[in-house]
Amino acid sequence: MAKTMPKVDVVLVGFGWTGAILAQQLCDAGLTVLALERASARTTPLNWATTFDQDELRYMWRHHLFQNVKYSTLTFRNNVSQKALPMRRLGSFLPGTGVGGAGIHWNGQIWRWLETDFKLKSHNEAHYGKQSTAGLTLQDMPLSYKELEPFYDMFDRICGTSGQAGNLKGAKQAGGNPFEGPRSAPYPTPPLPMTYGPKLFEQAAASMGLHPFPHPAGNLSQAYTNPLGMQLGKCTFCGFCEKFGCGNYSKASPQTTLIPYILTKPNFELRTEAEVLKIERTPDGRHATGVTYIDAAGAEYFQPAEIVALTAYQLHNVHLMLVSGIGQPYDPATGKGVVGKNYCYQTMSSVDVFFDDKLLNPFIGAGALASVIDDYNGDNFDHSGLGFIGGAYIAGMITVARPIEMVRVPDGVPKWGLEWKRAGTKYYLRNMAISVHGSSYSQAGNYLSLDPTYKDQFGRPMLRMTFDFPDNDLKMAKYCTDRAAEIAKNMGASHVRPKARQGPYDITHYQTTHNVGGTMMGASPADSVVNKYSQSWDVPNLFVTGAGLYPQNPGYNPTGTLAALAFLTADAIKTRYVKALGAPLVTA
Amino acid sequence: MNIAPPRSLGGRILVAIAAVVVLLILISAGSWLWLKTTQPIVSDPPPGLLSVLTEPIPDGPNADLIRRGRYLTIAGDCASCHTSRNGRPFQGGLGLQTPFGIIYSANLTSDRENGIGAWTPEQFFRALHDGVAPGGKHLYPALPYPHFTIVSRSETDAILAYLKTVPAVHYAQPANRFPFPLNIRASLIGWDALEFSPHSFHANPAMSPQWNRGAYLVEGLGHCGACHTPKSILGAEIHDQAYRGAAIENWVAPDLTANPRTGLGRWSAADIVQYLRSGRNAHANASGLMGEVVAYSTSLMSDTDLSAIATYLKSLPPSPSHPSPAPEASAMRTGSAIFFDGCTACHLGGGRGQPGMFPPLQGSSVAQQNDPTGVIRLILAGTRTAPTRTRPSFQSMPSFAWKLSDQEVADVATYVRNSWGNRAPPVDAHEVAAIRSKLNLTHPLTRDQR
Repeated sequence: MAKTMPKVDVVLVGFGWTGAILAQQLCDAGLTVLALERASARTTPLNWATTFDQDELRYMWRHHLFQNVKYSTLTFRNNVSQKALPMRRLGSFLPGTGVGGAGIHWNGQIWRWLETDFKLKSHNEAHYGKQSTAGLTLQDMPLSYKELEPFYDMFDRICGTSGQAGNLKGAKQAGGNPFEGPRSAPYPTPPLPMTYGPKLFEQAAASMGLHPFPHPAGNLSQAYTNPLGMQLGKCTFCGFCEKFGCGNYSKASPQTTLIPYILTKPNFELRTEAEVLKIERTPDGRHATGVTYIDAAGAEYFQPAEIVALTAYQLHNVHLMLVSGIGQPYDPATGKGVVGKNYCYQTMSSVDVFFDDKLLNPFIGAGALASVIDDYNGDNFDHSGLGFIGGAYIAGMITVARPIEMVRVPDGVPKWGLEWKRAGTKYYLRNMAISVHGSSYSQAGNYLSLDPTYKDQFGRPMLRMTFDFPDNDLKMAKYCTDRAAEIAKNMGASHVRPKARQGPYDITHYQTTHNVGGTMMGASPADSVVNKYSQSWDVPNLFVTGAGLYPQNPGYNPTGTLAALAFLTADAIKTRYVKALGAPLVTA
Repeated sequence: MNIAPPRSLGGRILVAIAAVVVLLILISAGSWLWLKTTQPIVSDPPPGLLSVLTEPIPDGPNADLIRRGRYLTIAGDCASCHTSRNGRPFQGGLGLQTPFGIIYSANLTSDRENGIGAWTPEQFFRALHDGVAPGGKHLYPALPYPHFTIVSRSETDAILAYLKTVPAVHYAQPANRFPFPLNIRASLIGWDALEFSPHSFHANPAMSPQWNRGAYLVEGLGHCGACHTPKSILGAEIHDQAYRGAAIENWVAPDLTANPRTGLGRWSAADIVQYLRSGRNAHANASGLMGEVVAYSTSLMSDTDLSAIATYLKSLPPSPSHPSPAPEASAMRTGSAIFFDGCTACHLGGGRGQPGMFPPLQGSSVAQQNDPTGVIRLILAGTRTAPTRTRPSFQSMPSFAWKLSDQEVADVATYVRNSWGNRAPPVDAHEVAAIRSKLNLTHPLTRDQR
């Protein structure tokens, strides 16, 4: 029998980026907020201090900061004809666990969607005809770039994002991204200085008539104090961002930008080692009464709340919706149902670039240290006759030269032995990769559901992922990777190795932790799980945050947009929902 | 203003005997206790304390008196010592490490049995003014009554009125751990006779009202000298060395005089206010014991009072500079390499730091204290900048104890103390070993997570 805890206004399930954003906003509005986090409390000095942080073996290869599959995993298959099996080791994606979530080990790449990404289906059909989206299950977002812009800006100010604006209130700015939507304000801090590799990319791209600009970075170019008084330090280019915590407070994370502020609030409480098992509802199913969770000792609790917000990772939010029986699960055979529908990923390609005559010193790196072009992203270029829609940003990026992972040699060198060692030594300081960060568009056979066979440690069915790359995306990857290879050649490279993403999707090798969709937002309950305020159509006091809201994934890292959506959700709760508890914010 | 207590001629013989006794104690049991004391690496804010100190006090019959009392309680930083780790606000029970033994702070809540719930204003005044508790029990000067003695009766009345509103916690602090004869309260009669005479504050008419307000706060409720003034063998402040800095609980409370190297000579009054308000400025970050002072006291005080404190501190004459032998070249060479590898990520090349975020080491008075205890401790144990309302970040320096040997810590400390224009006595590996043995440090990599 679960013990009933005192009721709170808001219970947050998970305490990473979106949990912290909701906690800050709603505590400041005077609501009592309780965050339930399944794993441990984590702080910079105790968990990833500069004295031991740069340990590739411990953090990257032994997955020290990631979700431990011993406690939590999912099953996977490429298509419905296969039987899914549990992932017993993480590979292509690496969700976090513990306070701060994956916001601890991200790279700090902070992007906004293009204006056209918000109306992807209608825009493409208007420009390229209905057949351009055939075979895909794309949907427009129920809101515009303009509506979300103030919240994008809010996140930039929280993080202190370093970058160069390309469009300020409609006026194009030299050196920025000319394709971006209008910004209401410049970036809070100047862009990171470019090192040699990104500089070569920038010069090559510019010479080809493309429009390079500095990657927007959550690794700060200078010390910064955010509007909450939280302080970040200057990035030292140690290059241990992605898969690592930042030991010197220069990467924006929930810990560096929000959580210490939240902890000063008397109306906030954090409970760690508290894993939520289920969202509980009234007998008619129309109202969430709270959540049931279990602590590290195995004791069960019922936590009543006026508002329940799912602020865990996208995979866990979808899983909780499914195991709690909220919303109709998606069935690819009939096309009916919405929960788990439109699961998408990111179509990652790259080009390895080797120089015989140039020392790049790639150990000087940062998570978002890159010169980027957006000329081949979204609908920034004419897709007529190309046979696909979507695109990628192309980045001459030096995040790091981790000594185990990044010993790259040109084609033709043996895979082992003396020749490999010689080439590895020679090219360690003479290579970089150009990242081709491609869109991932939804199709009917890609979805998330409950596994019929495997159960988790609590006896619940595991989440099952069914995914393979749509043809559209593989064609996009080939086209954009070829463009990246052209830039590489113009950089004066001695060897260029394009690596366009190919199917089938392989979960064993890291690609990116950009899992999206499954709780998508939309204009009506028939085609979405939540409305534009992230409010459940079925249970109006249930809100869902994160990349699960995306009906498809544009060619950008998801954190900037999901954070902006969380600020918008918080704004809707504190200005509108609390005045009419239990009422839908959008009439179905 | 004369804060040195006058001494009676007759008492001197009596207390000379007491002094000899105390000396013997120091050599035997006292020094053992001193060595065995330990501190946490990072102390967490006690739950609810900041709320108790900052939540609005509702209107009521005595609301103005209670509000004034809480402000004075904050100015006296009563909360830092009278709240134990994980304890409820003001319940006491925090073990204060003194060279003579461990003394546990008293319960200041409104509990009638263990706290001050049954105290009269007269009794409370006597405790702060005379160092004598109800029933004639002499208090240990860990309660800084040699400072509180100048606090006016109307202010002690207000403080008591506030403390009587603090929810009662039925809790009795543990017995103090003092060796004989210090465990006999009567021994304090001798101490008081030698070191203490109750007195009041007398404004210096030659100085501004702001300076006098600062003097009243610093010498009285603020009791800054309790940490920042060197102590005699009897544990009393040496008045002709006031505010020249002293080692305490394996930290150094730095020199507060106008000495430009070790003191506040390079700080403006505005710098001092900013430090006390936010816990950080262009010169230094508050952490450790001073972090608590900032978090629970100065950051919650008025701008007027902080400016007054700054005015007074800026008037303190500079301490004499100590001769500093030149460091050995080999220590500087090793120290330079360690500094480059381990310190520049935050403190940057040239020790220029990131002012307000990570303190500059060039010109740092903390780095250049004559006594290297503080620098050694910071390198070994790391520390955490105090979070404040205006700056809630608690950026921390990690522990290097697991990674650097005593000699390496000594070398990098010597390097920091003698580079970029800094000058302070070189550090010896034995000094590091001595402090390492007093700190109960765990290896950071043995911590694991689910």
